[in-house]
Amino acid sequence: MSESRPLIELSQVYKRYGEGESEVRALDGIDLRIDRGEFVAIMGSSGSGKSTCMNILGCLDRPTEGEYHLADVAVTHLPGDGLTMLRRHYIGFVFQGFNLLARTSALENVELPLVYRRVPRAEREERAMRALTLVGLEDRVDHAPSQLSGGQQQRVAIARALVTEPEILMADEPTGNLDSARTEEVMKLLQQLNRERGITIVMVTHEPDVAAFAKRSLVFRDGRILSDQLQGAHA
Amino acid sequence: MILATIMMALREIRRNTLRSILTMLGVVIGVGAVIALVSVGRGATAKVTEDIGKLGKNLLTVSAGTFSRGGGGMGVSAPPLRIDDANAIRRDILGVDAVAAAAASSAQVVFGNSNQRTSVTGSDNSFFEVRGYSIDKGRLFSRAETQSGAAACIIGATIRTNLYQSRDPIGTTLRVGTIACQVVGLLASKGQAGMGQDQDDLVVLPMRAVQRRITGNDNIQSIFVAAREGEGTGVVAERIRGLLRQRRHRAEGVDDDFTIRDMAEIAATVTGASTALTALLGAIAAVSLVVGGIGIMNIMLVSVTERTREIGIRLAIGAFGSEVMMQFLLEAIVLSTLGGVIGICLGLAGSYFAANALSLPFVLAPDIVALSFVFSALVGVVFGYLPARKAANLDPIEALRHE
Repeated sequence: MSESRPLIELSQVYKRYGEGESEVRALDGIDLRIDRGEFVAIMGSSGSGKSTCMNILGCLDRPTEGEYHLADVAVTHLPGDGLTMLRRHYIGFVFQGFNLLARTSALENVELPLVYRRVPRAEREERAMRALTLVGLEDRVDHAPSQLSGGQQQRVAIARALVTEPEILMADEPTGNLDSARTEEVMKLLQQLNRERGITIVMVTHEPDVAAFAKRSLVFRDGRILSDQLQGAHA
Repeated sequence: MILATIMMALREIRRNTLRSILTMLGVVIGVGAVIALVSVGRGATAKVTEDIGKLGKNLLTVSAGTFSRGGGGMGVSAPPLRIDDANAIRRDILGVDAVAAAAASSAQVVFGNSNQRTSVTGSDNSFFEVRGYSIDKGRLFSRAETQSGAAACIIGATIRTNLYQSRDPIGTTLRVGTIACQVVGLLASKGQAGMGQDQDDLVVLPMRAVQRRITGNDNIQSIFVAAREGEGTGVVAERIRGLLRQRRHRAEGVDDDFTIRDMAEIAATVTGASTALTALLGAIAAVSLVVGGIGIMNIMLVSVTERTREIGIRLAIGAFGSEVMMQFLLEAIVLSTLGGVIGICLGLAGSYFAANALSLPFVLAPDIVALSFVFSALVGVVFGYLPARKAANLDPIEALRHE
């Protein structure tokens, strides 16, 4: 892997929906570099393009135009399975909704990404337990999502994202459903993962309090980056 | 990985127990019907074959006249068979084990207060050999009895039951038509032959006794020939035909005026018809298996729509489309195979009870069981493919947004 490129590099990336008069430019020529070990918050009002950007960064979607390099791989023209391989190897997701499998225990939900990575069962359980302990749910492993509060469900989702020990964590409103005490705990956890394990974190949020935990903050408006500034890490 | 996916599929099936059972029902009924119908059909075939076998192994029956369709009936103008014909067959035909000439009639038999009408056969001891009768009690005819046409008789099990009840018939005097006969032997029961004919309802006397005192002539009605094991009955029948044509002076191009019935041939014909019928029934039942497959496809399509979000999650966290496809395909296969196994069990149980109720032998058909199993799994593959592909081709972002 060449050191010349950053972990994430977008150059003149466009994402357009529809055609002609009804064309919508969700992303309108984005240039962005994110290096290994960064903790980036993406802010902006709804419709600003931050979620679209997140989907592209997370290899769930491809740009209409422009180049995206993730870990030196040109993503724009990869086939679907190539995107999946990248997601598998580099990315953990925390979604806006909880997006846990219903009627499936917390432990099994957290194990799921490992199933697709062909991790043997015993190791799967052990790693899932560790991830759940990390988010403070070691006593809730057998509970189904419907038996957990919203906050607990989101923590299961975070454990699921962490269990593969990804290089990049993509978090879409990760604390949207947590109270302030839990928000701080989770954000400190993310900070700790970023600091101690060097996990690169890209987080979409609309709360400045939450964004303040990040080292760098981007503000999107109308498909463009309005501001990009480094900030002192939150205490 | 496959194992983990199968476990996942099983859990999904358990989660919707009622729906899964209803989904499987089509395959259960299809497979069950195939197994039951084919088993019962084969049982019937076996039964028919066995019944025909009871008439005598490798048995050829020669009689005068032909079964003409024209209404002339049998033996109207044809000269009767004679004892010399039987002797000629015994002497000149290769591949013959035993020959029995029989003069046949029917008569009233009376013992004490009981009487009934039965068939009377005049022959010698080779009759029992050729027709596959064995002595249960008493003895066969002695040489002297056969030669002199003595008033001795050997009776079938039905006569014994009807006239003697529990008494011992050996040594008693039975009146056959106008003859007072000494009962010297009792035949072991052969049971019913095909077409419900009772083979134990007969009385056998020495041929000369029947000819002299019942039929009043020296004609014989049938010559029974046992072809040698391994010698084709068809070949032997053809030889006999040639001999008889010669003896009866049938010119080239003139039809036979006698009939040779080949039991093996009849058995093959009946068995063939029965097998064809079984195959037809099985094919009809297989149609319901296809209908069951469509039921599975229907439910799997509903399931894919219902679980769109789940599919989105799986794709986002690193499942390949092919893995999601495999998951749904395996779910369909597990459903159909499970249905197949249940269907096999029910089909076997059903055919067992049906066989008992119809007093047919229960025939386990391992090839059909295996075929049903494979076919039901195949139904899962074929009808699970479309829904599984639909799941695999979902766009993860769209799928995650799905409510």
